[in-house]
Amino acid sequence: MAEGELRAVDGLSYYLRKGESLAIVGESACGKSVSAMSVMRLIPYPPGIIVGGEIIFKGQNLLKISEEEMRHIRGGQIAMIFQEPSTSLNPVLTISRQLGESLELHRGLDKSAATAEALNLLKLVGIPDAEKRLNDYPHQFSGGMQQRVMIAMALSCNPALLIADEPTTSIDVTVQAQLLELIDKLRSQFGTAIIIITHNLGIVARYVDRVVVMYAGQLMETGPTDVIYAEPRHPYTIGLLASVPRLDLPRSRKLSVIEGLPPNLIRLAKDRCAFLPRCKYAIGRCNEEKPVLEKAGEEHYFACFVDVRKQSESEGLTSGKR
Amino acid sequence: MASDDILIRVEDLVMHFPILAGVLRRKVADVKAVDGISFYVKRGETLGLVGESGCGKTTTGRCVLGLYDITGGKVFFEGTDITKVTGKGRRALRRNMQLVFQDPYASLDPRMTAGDIIGEPMLVHQVAAGNAYREQLAELFTMVGLEPRMSIRYPHEFSGGQRQRIGIARALAVRPKFIVCDEPVSALDVSIQAQVIMLLMKLRQELGLTYLFVAHDLSVVRFISDRVAVMYLGKMAEITRSDELYDNPLHPYTQALLSAVPIPDPVVDRQRKRILLYGDVPSPVNPPSGCHFNPRCRMAIDICKEQEPELRDVGGEHWVACHRV
Repeated sequence: MAEGELRAVDGLSYYLRKGESLAIVGESACGKSVSAMSVMRLIPYPPGIIVGGEIIFKGQNLLKISEEEMRHIRGGQIAMIFQEPSTSLNPVLTISRQLGESLELHRGLDKSAATAEALNLLKLVGIPDAEKRLNDYPHQFSGGMQQRVMIAMALSCNPALLIADEPTTSIDVTVQAQLLELIDKLRSQFGTAIIIITHNLGIVARYVDRVVVMYAGQLMETGPTDVIYAEPRHPYTIGLLASVPRLDLPRSRKLSVIEGLPPNLIRLAKDRCAFLPRCKYAIGRCNEEKPVLEKAGEEHYFACFVDVRKQSESEGLTSGKR
Repeated sequence: MASDDILIRVEDLVMHFPILAGVLRRKVADVKAVDGISFYVKRGETLGLVGESGCGKTTTGRCVLGLYDITGGKVFFEGTDITKVTGKGRRALRRNMQLVFQDPYASLDPRMTAGDIIGEPMLVHQVAAGNAYREQLAELFTMVGLEPRMSIRYPHEFSGGQRQRIGIARALAVRPKFIVCDEPVSALDVSIQAQVIMLLMKLRQELGLTYLFVAHDLSVVRFISDRVAVMYLGKMAEITRSDELYDNPLHPYTQALLSAVPIPDPVVDRQRKRILLYGDVPSPVNPPSGCHFNPRCRMAIDICKEQEPELRDVGGEHWVACHRV
């Protein structure tokens, strides 16, 4: 029997401009992947329901169009790459067939033209000896190479938006850097807007224009990357930034720990700030009502009653300043 | 340095795994997981072991614990070659060397309570019984930040971070001198990672432990370790003090590895030099000749393809294996 309703994503709003890159940041089960799957309308029903809200893509509400229309957008206008490239590729199809399939479907190419285009794409994403690798199967590729194929596939129809869900989490750092540089290069080359879903705050700092910080399915803070890292306003953002070890800082710096555990989404109090049980800045008002988004600066919004700037400077908690 | 300052000494360690094929399961090749490495861990220090997947860091950790029959080389624990110790002696040795695993989901028996999981090593090694057992068990729970009343719960009732605390308590139960931590935080969320890292550091100080900390996350390894050893394809590339690692990396691989890790501060990160490596890590079945890193190295010259560089001391406990340094 159902224990209750789980709000995986609860009242999340964000926007993304043409050619811009946005990161959705948060820990596991904060709803970052679910929010992206919703954009693609890939939430399995049942049990998942998009209860409310709108997803406007190029002026069109994606929640209102037919499944048929959605199929053309998915993979065509909006493409997605996932965490595990090995489980996203079809093991019994050659690389050339997998790439060709979406080219034939979305771009109406015939088989030989699709194969030729597949070759171009493999070269574009930097697969060495692309001609020889066309007829290989996914298991003959390393994890990094498989993810390159996924990127090639995602870009094959020149999408306006690419959603990358933890694209490099299972991949080694030196190869991770290669892939992220590739995605970044393709973004500037083709003007594709990008949503990167990640828990890695370093990747966000290096590659992304704007950030959305989520906790327990809700938006805690959003703003331009430089601003969020230099002047975070939400206690959760501050805690997150101060809890990661940094290569460039002296080792004597203590990690500031966010005490407690992420909440159980079923038992979450709906009329209070989701972060309240773990928050060390909490004031009396936090126990009375739930904060709404407040403007902190240009495109910078946060949901918190407390002015952390006054407290954190005396305690030296912000990691951005040394 | 006095030799009794050294708890673990590894000399020319080699660990090859055979690849068997065909109906007769004949050996066709070897996976050269660890291919001749040497290092030491001083009493009370943390040595970090980093590298990408397949570099042999986990295998090294397991060899040091005597969990494999090593192909070649020697592993000394307090001056005793552990590969030569058998039977009862080995068991006594094992009590002093424990392991914390990467995956807190797979490394706890789902049918045992947390109390039984943590207590089992105490019973096996006859560390305590009766009242002393119960007292020490409660103490272990408190030590790792769990409540003793949780001892009747089963692993599935705990979160990932709490399970890792159980894994740590289990390792501590027999009061070891040395613990190999194999990727102990990589399966955990960012905020929980910090909790477990701080716990490990606190325990090391309170109990005077020595760690070999195996992980792929350079930032975490540098933070927790006194010295860091960088491995590449079964070889040691560089060993240096943690402070020196970021400021003065000498091996081209270490430099590339460091630059591949973005710093979570856009202003700082923008000013860093980026070195992008080409290609993937080659297979350890058929490593390149000479320096294993030479096909991906931007500094490589002819000698790098022909001759394997030796790990040598460049001063101040800084060791590097590169012809160009």
